[in-house]
Amino acid sequence: MTWVWEHLGDIGGYAASHALLAGIPLVVGLALALPLGWLARRLPRVAPLIVGGSGLLYTIPSLALFILMPLVLGSKILDAINVYVAMTIYTVALLVRSVVDALGSVPESTALAATAMGYRRLGRALAVELPLAVPVLASGLRVAAVSNVSIVSVASLIGYPQLGYYLTDGYQRSFPLEIGVGIVGCVLLALVFDLAIRGAEWALTPWARAGSSGGSGRAPKEVAAT
Amino acid sequence: MITQIWAWLTAPEQWSGSRGIPTRLVEHLGYSALSLVLAAAVALPLGLWVGHTGRGRWLVTGANAARAVPSLGLLFAVAMFVGPRISSNLAFVIPSVVVLVLLAIPPLLSGAEAGVRAVDPAARDAAYGMGMRGPEVLRGVELPCALPLLLSGVRAATLQVIATATIAAAVSLGGLGRYLIDGLAVRDYPQMAGGAILVAALALTVDGLLALVTRYAVSPGLSGKHRGGRAVADPKGQVLAPGPVRSEMPSKSRLEVS
Repeated sequence: MTWVWEHLGDIGGYAASHALLAGIPLVVGLALALPLGWLARRLPRVAPLIVGGSGLLYTIPSLALFILMPLVLGSKILDAINVYVAMTIYTVALLVRSVVDALGSVPESTALAATAMGYRRLGRALAVELPLAVPVLASGLRVAAVSNVSIVSVASLIGYPQLGYYLTDGYQRSFPLEIGVGIVGCVLLALVFDLAIRGAEWALTPWARAGSSGGSGRAPKEVAAT
Repeated sequence: MITQIWAWLTAPEQWSGSRGIPTRLVEHLGYSALSLVLAAAVALPLGLWVGHTGRGRWLVTGANAARAVPSLGLLFAVAMFVGPRISSNLAFVIPSVVVLVLLAIPPLLSGAEAGVRAVDPAARDAAYGMGMRGPEVLRGVELPCALPLLLSGVRAATLQVIATATIAAAVSLGGLGRYLIDGLAVRDYPQMAGGAILVAALALTVDGLLALVTRYAVSPGLSGKHRGGRAVADPKGQVLAPGPVRSEMPSKSRLEVS
């Protein structure tokens, strides 16, 4: 265990770059998947193309995608941009389907009521449908986050520094503890992402707990807190 | 660069011998198929049983939680512990197959379980009402109704296995991953990229074939394709298909299985 204490600084650094390699594509991917998914809902004719096409991208094995990225981007094989773009592709591939399902989970009557109240198409999507879609969206995002953390570690085979380094290095040196550090680090990081998304979901859906959990006669929590 | 990759892919020495593309492809498919069959033999009956009885849900939850373990880490850990204990030349194969089986189990298990759980309770009750017994209901009603989710679990597991079998070249497994790992070791980009293209093509082809299998295996009563033209005009199947099964299908298949 002394090895872990001696390398705590390095582990933290690798964990931070792992979090960036998995997290930034998650945010960018969500930003890209939202309009794509919305478009797929609006235009049922191109929906199979958008959903199916993005799904196909997820089919490509990660190591192959990392290696093929320089060919597409014109970058060097060791540029971090390869990993960022590849991870963004995977995130979009997973999330487009989630966005379509999430928007589909909004009750038809609510959408119609919003239209009746005078919301235009875009305003309704942003102010009514998007907030109501958060629970389904969040569960899709959690799947993507866990998947991203795991896939990023594969990039260590090519030589991008992150927690996966401890896996390859530990194997080459036949040092089980180091592999253990890599695995535990990845699992903890996935857990952190999961908790962060759950927290964001909790904060964004005050309506989900306003009625049910408070019990009768008690003010909803967020009202009591202010 | 493209021409170099093309030259690598089309060179005659790439297409024969024990290091040629056909041999590597057969290896890749062989290890993947073996692992999938072993995993399915365990996970599918177990998942159907959990879904049918409602007991042992924790198995599915646990298997899903275990997916947070990075596959690369699992591969290296198992290779390090199991490899040295096997003296024959299977020392490189067995650890990898063990890992591939372990990775294929969660999607298969949760696909089968979610499929049975999502069966319309009315259909299940009707089957019991007609005098069918538990095993008959499972075989005759729940299994066919669970097929879409079960098969999407099979697809997810297959992709996972093909992708991880590629990475397993790093622990000396044969297969197409060899080109990626060996090319990396000697900084031979055309070989790496050529191998990567082959791996991607393999994954896309197999997934396409499984999509076709799903299309033909799933009962038309479930996929909303009976009565020909009308169902095609209504791709969401909201009018024709039995409600709960159909409406839960798209979201569950991706969220829980992929």
